[in-house]
Amino acid sequence: MEKFTKLQGIAAPMPLVNIDTDMIIPKVFLKSIQRTGFGKNLFDEMRFNRDGTEIEDFVLNKPQYRDAEILIAGDNFGCGSSREHAPWAIADFGIKCIVSTSFADIFFNNSFKNGILPIVLPQEQVDVLMADAEKGANARMTVDLEAQEITTSDGEVIAFDVDPFKKHCLLNGLDDISLTMEKSASIESFEAAAAQQRPWV
Amino acid sequence: MSPKTLYDKIWDAHVAHEAEDGTCLLYIDRHLVHEVTSPQAFEGLRMAGRKVHAPEKTIAVPDHNVPTTLDRANAATMTEESRIQVEALDRNAKEFGVHYYPVSDIRQGIVHIVGPENGWTLPGMTVVCGDSHTATHGAFGALAHGIGTSEVEHVLATQTLIQKKSKNMKVEVTGKLRPGVTPKDVTLAIIGETGTGGGTGYVIEYCGEVFRDMSMEGRMTVCNMAIEGGARAGLVAPDETTFAYVNGRTHAPKGAQWEAALNWWKTLYTDEGAHFDKVVTIRGEDIEPVVTWGTSPEDVLPITGVVPAPEDFEGGKVEAARRSLEYMGLTPGQKLTDIEIDTVFIGSCTNGRIEDMRAVADVVKGKKIKDGIRAMIVPGSGLVRAQAEEEGLAEIFQSAGFEWRLAGCSMCLAMNPDQLSEGERCAATSNRNFEGRQGYKGRTHLVSPAMAAAAALTGKLTDVRELN
Repeated sequence: MEKFTKLQGIAAPMPLVNIDTDMIIPKVFLKSIQRTGFGKNLFDEMRFNRDGTEIEDFVLNKPQYRDAEILIAGDNFGCGSSREHAPWAIADFGIKCIVSTSFADIFFNNSFKNGILPIVLPQEQVDVLMADAEKGANARMTVDLEAQEITTSDGEVIAFDVDPFKKHCLLNGLDDISLTMEKSASIESFEAAAAQQRPWV
Repeated sequence: MSPKTLYDKIWDAHVAHEAEDGTCLLYIDRHLVHEVTSPQAFEGLRMAGRKVHAPEKTIAVPDHNVPTTLDRANAATMTEESRIQVEALDRNAKEFGVHYYPVSDIRQGIVHIVGPENGWTLPGMTVVCGDSHTATHGAFGALAHGIGTSEVEHVLATQTLIQKKSKNMKVEVTGKLRPGVTPKDVTLAIIGETGTGGGTGYVIEYCGEVFRDMSMEGRMTVCNMAIEGGARAGLVAPDETTFAYVNGRTHAPKGAQWEAALNWWKTLYTDEGAHFDKVVTIRGEDIEPVVTWGTSPEDVLPITGVVPAPEDFEGGKVEAARRSLEYMGLTPGQKLTDIEIDTVFIGSCTNGRIEDMRAVADVVKGKKIKDGIRAMIVPGSGLVRAQAEEEGLAEIFQSAGFEWRLAGCSMCLAMNPDQLSEGERCAATSNRNFEGRQGYKGRTHLVSPAMAAAAALTGKLTDVRELN
């Protein structure tokens, strides 16, 4: 997995609440058996007309946001389907950090597995970042995972929380499976005990 | 010992390792797999030279892409991309040695219907699947939730999941339901109350007389939509109804093992005085048959209501409601029962079980669907289909004018050829009314099977209690 340490980039505002994973990547694009190549269809139905032309007023089609690396989003981002194609599409597009007042549980977990940092902040602070993002391409924010701080284009610093284990994995680009396999003795002894206690499983 | 919730008990019985910061390795008893969210996970195993840790606890079945028309044995009924995904699952199941129900097997169906039906899902288990509606299995008092593909790979490789414990939430529905009110109405009414983010960070336990009185099929419908309320999982404590459902199923324990299992299962309830971090209480008598008007499952109203206006909401929901109304082509103040529909879809992991088929048959028996309405019934599995045929339900459906399909996810998410066209309006028994969910620019109203059947007869959203 790609490491996430410090990011300075353009933030795009998406204040709509309840953006679901069907919006992030519609099901017609779930038929690939690869992990890559989904970025071109990110937010497909919001971003493109049926004939493939761009919908001009969609935020990521505006010239100032085409290279956005941060999303400032409305409440309950990523709700709905568990499809990891959603964070795959987001990462493939080039977005590495999403800030919202809340995320759906599965999407939140999936993001960390793909080098994306989802940050939860109170409404007032999301409002500050949303206003900053609305300034356009001149507003470059900095997200520092080590320090757990976001710095706005005006120099305002906002601290955020992150789970220490998830932070460690992101900072070092660690693969969960190898980490878990180091604990295989625990898994085996659990299995041995469970086979006694619940042999019907 | 301090009193525990049902969730606490199942959690504690499955922690294989706990780190100092509370991050746990949760052991997984059953891993269900389908063709859309697994190919990249199997590919990951192959590339790392890893095996499936417990193939005997892994059950795979294709459901999302498969056509539901009677000619589906003909490969030409699938698009090439769909065929590649289904073939990849065929190949992966064989190569890694997991249990498998191919499209040609009568037991094939929607993964969340297949698991319980064949006795794979049992009380007190941990169950995961790369599909958010895994919450369904919580009806058995199993801790069941959806995971992403990276986690699918993690479970395949280690039979564990890296997890932190969620908080406990109790949703209590007291008293009795009124006639015409079904489990689907109950689960939608709960989401209408809590919102789609109301359960985020929680595992819900559904408590109260309404759930105690409910069949297993009904409990599955309720738990299925726990995810639509944002919860990681939903649970109903196992009881005699659960044990009676499980007993005798192919993969359920038998003989002495059954007795041993039963002894443990009977300890799976929330202790008196256990702490819930959040409690929501609803009176069963207050719930009416409901429909959704918007593009979020929280956009729920009694069928007797009218389409709301954006100004009826607050904050970010004002803009969301405006967008929903435009997408749905509805006008504030319009009576819900005046909304004309083009299509009826009955099926999905929410409402594709035998009891749902019976509810539809009760409404449409001896009647005809409205001229010009496209109406399809897609049973949740080959076994549900066979049973419905044996009970004479299929005949009722076909005489009424419904298409009677083979099993699969079908128009719930429209990954197969069953899709809405632009602007087409559908009364659906599925779980999501998101933009584009059932087809590009398609319009979805979520309802119970009885309400969907009523809509098929009248061509409009209809209060099933007013029929006849």
